[in-house]
Amino acid sequence: MARLEDIPEGEREMLKALPLPSFETTPFVKGKPLSQRRVSILSTAALQKRTDKVFYRGEAGYRVIPGDTASNDIIMAHGSVNFDRSGFQQDLNVCFPLERLHELVKEGFIGSVADFHYTVQGGLPPDRNEDAARQIAGLMKREGVDTVLLVPI
Amino acid sequence: MVRLHTEGIKPPRALWVPFELGRPLGLPNDAEFQKRVLRACLGLLDAESGPVLEDYLEDIPAGSAEYDFTGMSCPIDLHPVPSNDSELTNSLVQEIGQIAPWYELAVDQRKRTTVGISELDILDAARFLIDFIEDPSSPSPRPEMEVGPMLKHTCEDLKAFYSEAASAQPGMSSSLAVENWLWNETVLGKVLWNFREEHVDDSDTYIGYLAKRGLIPDRQI
Repeated sequence: MARLEDIPEGEREMLKALPLPSFETTPFVKGKPLSQRRVSILSTAALQKRTDKVFYRGEAGYRVIPGDTASNDIIMAHGSVNFDRSGFQQDLNVCFPLERLHELVKEGFIGSVADFHYTVQGGLPPDRNEDAARQIAGLMKREGVDTVLLVPI
Repeated sequence: MVRLHTEGIKPPRALWVPFELGRPLGLPNDAEFQKRVLRACLGLLDAESGPVLEDYLEDIPAGSAEYDFTGMSCPIDLHPVPSNDSELTNSLVQEIGQIAPWYELAVDQRKRTTVGISELDILDAARFLIDFIEDPSSPSPRPEMEVGPMLKHTCEDLKAFYSEAASAQPGMSSSLAVENWLWNETVLGKVLWNFREEHVDDSDTYIGYLAKRGLIPDRQI
């Protein structure tokens, strides 16, 4: 997220005019205490492993980042040039906070970190990624994930 | 990404943060800062009812290098950008050579690089970009990838190479300081501005998209 007033005018006006999906309900469930939760990251930064097929322009779909992937094997394929990449270049955790989650486990703040994490390419109409979202949700359920940390870029 | 959208979509729980796009956890290389953001975000799971949209109130510290970028210039000492476009090819290769030690220092410090999406050596990436500018019918160096996407990946690698090198310098961790240097003080910046000028009116082509929206951030245009 960011302050709208910090975004250049052209991009700002485009963001203000974006049609938003509407939903008939606002689902809300309570769950386990934080200290027992298993957390997986879903990033919209089009992160991927070096060996993955590169996200193409406008591609809906997802990539899997196994939790033991070395940070040097993670690159970014997002098409937009209107967000900062220098923070990501200095420290992966600024947009994909895997190390921080493991530290929160050691502190007892959360229960565990998932073995697999997921990324999509933001900037598309949300419904184009519905299939990907459903597949990711299924994969997370199979792994016992009960908490998703959605990190927009 | 922006509060306006979150208000409209009404996800069950959301934390609005005041940080610039691209840095959702706020500060690179500050584990405690990042964990404070995460604790605030994950703490929303304790809410009894929703939807919940909370504002994160801790901003980037004023006066830090992340925030106060005024008056900074990159200490990498480069030759002046040539005014004659015919000299750009040699100048770009020469500039990459000057930057390479700083890039290698950055990789050594961070134990990682984000360069590599084009799968080209950085000098081959520069040569492909120049070849295309001089002759738009130049083939893609990777036959399995079309020229347009290949150019995009090539340019992203070149920008990342420069940005990683520059941001390893003291006082250059602010995104705008790095960006202003790249787009205004380097041969690469000049080459990419020329590319934009040449192709910005190409309609309905990937190259046209690249020139208009896919290379240079809006805040530099």
